[in-house]
Amino acid sequence: MATFTLPKNSTIGAGKTFKAEPGAKNVKSFKIYRWDPDTGENPHTDTYEIDLDKCGPMVLDALIKIKNEVDTTLTFRRSCREGICGSCAMNIDGLNTLACLKPIEDVKGDVKINPLPHMPVVKDLVPDLNQVYAQYRSIEPWLKADTPAPPDEERRQSKEERAKLDGMWECILCFCCSTSCPSYWWNGDRYLGPAVLLAAYRWIADSRDEYTGQRLDDLEDPFRLYRCHTIMNCTRTCPKGLNPAEAIGKIKQLMVERQG
Amino acid sequence: MSKPEVNSLRSPLGRVRGLGSAKSGTHHWWMMRVTSVALLPLFLWFVYACFVLAGASYAETKAFVGAPVNAVLFLLLIGFLFHHIANGLQEVVEDYVRPELKRMLWLFAIKGLSGLLAMIAAFSVLRVAFT
Repeated sequence: MATFTLPKNSTIGAGKTFKAEPGAKNVKSFKIYRWDPDTGENPHTDTYEIDLDKCGPMVLDALIKIKNEVDTTLTFRRSCREGICGSCAMNIDGLNTLACLKPIEDVKGDVKINPLPHMPVVKDLVPDLNQVYAQYRSIEPWLKADTPAPPDEERRQSKEERAKLDGMWECILCFCCSTSCPSYWWNGDRYLGPAVLLAAYRWIADSRDEYTGQRLDDLEDPFRLYRCHTIMNCTRTCPKGLNPAEAIGKIKQLMVERQG
Repeated sequence: MSKPEVNSLRSPLGRVRGLGSAKSGTHHWWMMRVTSVALLPLFLWFVYACFVLAGASYAETKAFVGAPVNAVLFLLLIGFLFHHIANGLQEVVEDYVRPELKRMLWLFAIKGLSGLLAMIAAFSVLRVAFT
């Protein structure tokens, strides 16, 4: 059966509280999931009180401030700090999003931060994304064509054909959507998940690609594609405002269309 | 969460590709849509039939069920309904039941039981209609 409760070694205990400096007026508490593979202990939640008057506006600013000034052991991924690299994807205030795009003031009460749900944790807020990267690789996310490109020229595409890729090329592969999907939680080993299916449809919809049919063949599977039950968590959570559920719907439409 | 469980040294890509695509699933998905659309009017008619037959005697019921249009609608309702039930439960089992053997046994049970119930229901309609 799918496991609905946390295994014993995953139950989260209480952790330490790091008090704000005396005299701080605008204090907000950040409750952050901590787990260290080297201690063998269960995960716990540490509380960091941060003076917002001395902190940037985004959740990532607070995380960086904590790491620099309060607790250097806090581990998380970040790179671009402007919502284009997808590194700082995590669950903030109950919703998967990018820490760099999430304003602290949007969170009422304490800011609860957890790693992306239902992925193995490497340490603290860093999830193991090996499987989902392999799933992305498995849909062969590159242009496949037998016709050689015109010499000294790009492959041409009409404006309408190009417009079909809008809403898909913008995906930054942060996997907020896949890790928000209950179907992906229960069957992530076989279901490809919204992020990868959106990427698959990006190549299916590309007028320059000549392997559309084979791409559909590879997806036509009760688990790879049809575990999607249109729950829509993916679209709700996407920090880039994309619509993976719609892309999956379009793949299903094409599947029916080619049956005749 | 604990460390990623390593049961195999196979590469992630090898594991993800697994046994390849089943090249099926579309028919199942499409039939869920077809049966649910078909069941909408059939259920409205069924509610109407329930009102007509409420408190009716056996002879009146027999006359109603035996009317060709009603008998056919009953059989259609039974066919679509049990097809829909079996397909829907299959989705639930595929979502939640592991491992493969257990899942297969559940699917056997669902298909067997819904087939049996559908046949019993259809036979009952025919028996009332033709005796």
